[in-house]
Parts: sequence; structure tokens; C-alpha cells
Amino acid sequence: MNSIGLLIEFNDGRVKEANFGMATAARGENRNLVALVADGPAEDAQAVLEAYGVARIVNIRSGNRSWDPARQAAAVAAAMQKLEIDSLIGLTSPSGRELLPRIAARLGAPLIMDCIDIDLEAHRVRTSQYSGKTIATIALTGSHFIYGMRANVVPALKEPAEAEIIDFSFDGYQDTGYEVIETRTDGSGAHYLAEADIIISGGRGLKRAENFKLLFDCARHMNASVGASRVAVDNGWVPYAMQVGQTGVKVNPKVYMAVGISGSVQHFAGMKTARMIIAINTDENAAIMANCDYFAVGDLFEILPELEKALAAAKRSKEVA
Amino acid sequence: MKRVCCGRPVFFVKPESGMNRKIMNIYVCVKHVPDSAATITVEGGTGINEKITFLLNPYDEHAVTEAARIKTGLPDAEVVAVCLGKPTAETTLRAAMAMGADRGILIETDRPQDSIFTALALAAAIQSDGRPWIIFTGKESIDSEGMQTQFRLAENLSLPVATNVIKVDIDGDGVRVESEREAGTIDVIRMTAPCVIGAGKGLNTPNYPTFPDIVKSRKKPVRRIGLADLAIESPAAGMQIQELVPAVEQRTPRALTGSAADIAAQIVDILKNEAKVI
Repeated sequence: MNSIGLLIEFNDGRVKEANFGMATAARGENRNLVALVADGPAEDAQAVLEAYGVARIVNIRSGNRSWDPARQAAAVAAAMQKLEIDSLIGLTSPSGRELLPRIAARLGAPLIMDCIDIDLEAHRVRTSQYSGKTIATIALTGSHFIYGMRANVVPALKEPAEAEIIDFSFDGYQDTGYEVIETRTDGSGAHYLAEADIIISGGRGLKRAENFKLLFDCARHMNASVGASRVAVDNGWVPYAMQVGQTGVKVNPKVYMAVGISGSVQHFAGMKTARMIIAINTDENAAIMANCDYFAVGDLFEILPELEKALAAAKRSKEVA
Repeated sequence: MKRVCCGRPVFFVKPESGMNRKIMNIYVCVKHVPDSAATITVEGGTGINEKITFLLNPYDEHAVTEAARIKTGLPDAEVVAVCLGKPTAETTLRAAMAMGADRGILIETDRPQDSIFTALALAAAIQSDGRPWIIFTGKESIDSEGMQTQFRLAENLSLPVATNVIKVDIDGDGVRVESEREAGTIDVIRMTAPCVIGAGKGLNTPNYPTFPDIVKSRKKPVRRIGLADLAIESPAAGMQIQELVPAVEQRTPRALTGSAADIAAQIVDILKNEAKVI
């Protein structure tokens, strides 16, 4: 049996949804799925991880209660060596971007982030390069293999298994002169864009910061995240963390709604893998109108309030049903 | 711990804070990348046609700008831009020097290298050049989008590393940085120097050079090193591109028409019945 490690992430104490697609992608004949939980609620996650075929859960204690990616990565790398786990899959998420490269560097292992496809036997992946303009097939060589998966590329399917929990306490950490002193959150509770199923983004057409409220109002009724184009960020209407594109967040939602966004090459670099793109723009010649699934030529200030009403009504009828 | 690469002996000397500023080099690792607006044409199955505009990787612009800013408070510090690339990458080093680097090192290679090798080459070049105090990189490159060279470089040199850094303050014998982990979440990190910092977009507004800056940069020295000069052991691990294909875009746009209310109703219908997300 080949042990495939899954780096599990939590959100408010619950296993992130995107981990289940990851587990689904990792399953296969002669494979043993090992969930690696670093400083997280491993026992609480047992049932839900079992539902997706996990056979072993490693409860890793890095020796630090708060977020410390250097220490956690060292602990995960040590657990992989101790338990002879050669392959590790994690998410290309905020903590994945911190942990996976640190783990790979420690193990001297190859790493590809943002994989859209992983062949665990051949150690071969596909990922986008050159701002999404090309797809590269990359072969990994080494004694360990680390993969960062793009969220939502494989739909989650259940396949129940029974999992044992193993405790792994890490005490071999050498201080490297790195210390997280504090973590500040602005309380926005931002739903991380890269893992969102639905994103509604605004651009130049929104005209000013206050008008983003129109997007947030729609987003609320469909559990969507709100994104923005570079123009909106550069104008100071919304924070950089909301920027979708080449130099912003790369997203992979089921539905991407581009409102008042012309659709530059750089913007497409961040959202072109969306399963469905819906564009609303006054300019029928905007680039995005030719490269989307649905487009509406019209005034967003008229359409968004109507959309909010229609979404609210749809939500109510669903709740009643 | 078993190491499959990075077998080179490492050294670093901690500068005694404030005492020995002559050794406080600030290195900035930069990459020569295709302009994001350029048309990418696949050539030879695994590469691209390079007769397009190449420039300094956008995140590296923030790195160079920050290095130049820090240098203003440390008169003896020197900002050194380091690049692994083909001979044509000299233009990117010149761009970094126009933005504030004092000199450049070009490690010449005839082909693209993966981040494992790149981090070994950068570490060897920096070690052979001087004593680093801060080493900047961009948080990722916009061509291969690997997001890892800064971490491997730090590991090779046994240094602490923070990435997506949006604020740097000198703090005694080290730095205090803010790293934007995700929207609305910032980690405040203290690192002892020497250390590696992966610059994020929010770090600063790049120093776009003026014409005199560009003229001056032409006179700044660039040292060219061959890979053979660095005697890098070839790593046991690697990542090799086997195939590169253009990303296919095959969407067939359909128009939603009618009044604003009609359009809204159609969107809701599509979300509910076709995309099945609400």
C-alpha cells in the first residue's frame, strides 16, 4: 500500500470542503489515505474524514498552539518521514502557500502548486503557466512529492472507510529565528476567494467604493464571495486582497460574475478556469463579452438591484421548500 | 534528517547590529519574465517563442523598491540584484538597477531551470559574493508561478523566511514584517537577520525609474557568473516540463436580453437550474 498524505485544513473548527475533493482525487487502488492534521481538532474531524475514504488520521502536535507555519511545516515533514508517507497533497490556499513550500524545502522535495490534475503513480501533474495562457505537464522526481491542488477541480465523492488516529508529537524543532508575534484579522470574515463556489466581481463600471455594496447585497443571498478587478483596487475602492487576476488571487469557482469589468488579459489570468462566466457590461465590445458563457449588455446600476431582489426571492422560496 | 538535495555546506555570519554595516548587503533575487500582456506561443513542445517583451517580474519590482528604501537608512549597505537567466536577462538586471539596485549579478544559464536548482544557484551566488543581511525575492514569478523559490533559498542558507510581505520594519538585529496570509488576515512576524523576504504587492508603490535613473543604471556593474563557477551539485529532485500546450478557451457567449428585471430573472434561473449553485 502506498500512503498518500492529505494536509487537512479547518475553517471554524470544521474540515474545509475543498479537502473532500482532494481526498476524492487521491483515492485509488493500493492507496492508503492518511490525513495529516497539524495542531487541529483531529478527533472532531474523524467521522467526516472517514466518509471520504481516509484510513488514518495523524494528529500532529507541533508544540505551538498558535499559527506558526515554520514549526508546523517542520512537524509535518517529520511526520511524513517517520510514517513513510512519500506523497503529500494540500490546497493552494493561504495556509497551503505557507506550509507546502516549507515542507518541500525541508524535504528537498519537488512541489507543484495549483495543480489541476495529479497523477500520483507517474508523479506527473498539470498546472497553468504564463498567466493561464498555457497548461504545462510537469514530471516530478525525488524521494518525496508535494502537490498543491487548486480547489474545486475534482468534485467530492464519498467512499466510507474506517480511520485510526495516531498521535505524533514533534519535539525536534530548532529555532530558526522566525516567530509569529501576532495575527491580526480585520473582522471582515472574508470568505477566501480561491475556494469560493460563486464569485461576483466588480470593476471600473462600479465607479466608486460605496457601489460595491450592490455586489455584497447580491452575494449575501447566494453565499458568494465578492472580488474586484485591478482598476477597482488601484482606485482604492476595495482592498487588494479582493483582487482577482494575474497579480491578485487566482480563482476557480463554479460561477464567476463579472460586473463592469472589461476583461483584460491579466484579469482573465485569474478567473479563466471558472466553470461558468456571466458578464454584465454597458459596452458590448468589452473583451469579456466575447469570452464568457452569458452576457448582458446593460446598466449594472439597474440590473444589480433587480438581481438582488430575484436572488432574495429564490432564497426565500428555497427556505420555504 | 534526510536531505535529498541542498547538500552544499552553508555559512552565514550574523552581522552585529549596527556595528559592522559594511557587510550589510541587501540582495534582491529577480526574474526575467514575459510581459503579462504578451502573446505566448508554444515552441518546441515545452518552451515558448521568446521573441516577445520580457521584463522584471512584477513582484520583484516591489522587492527592489523596498531594498532601496531600506538602504536609505543604512548608508553603507549595498543593494545587489541577482538573476539566474539567459544572457538576455541583463535587461532585467538593468531595470532593477534603474529602480535602485547598486549592482547586479547574472548567473548565466542556457535553459529554464526549476526552482530547486534556481534556489541552489541563487544561494551559491550570494554566498560567493558577500554576506547577506536581507535577501528579497518576489512572492512568486508570473511565468512559472511556482511560489516556492524564496522558501528553498532560505532552507539552503538556513535562514528564516516570510512571504507575501506587505510591510518591513528594521527591528534591532532583525526585522519585523507583516505578511498578508489572506484577505483580512495579517501575520506580524519577527525574524532575526539574515533572513529572506518574499515581497507582496501591497509592500509599496514601485519606484518607476526616471530617464536619469535609466542612464545611471547603464554604468552600474553587472558581474556575469557561469553555472560552472558555482560548482552546484546537481540535485536529486527536480521538476521538469514535459509538455506545454496553449490553454484552450472555448466559450460560446449567449446574450441575456430584455429589461433589467428580465435579465435578473434569467441569471437566477441559470444559477439555479444550469449551474446548480443556489
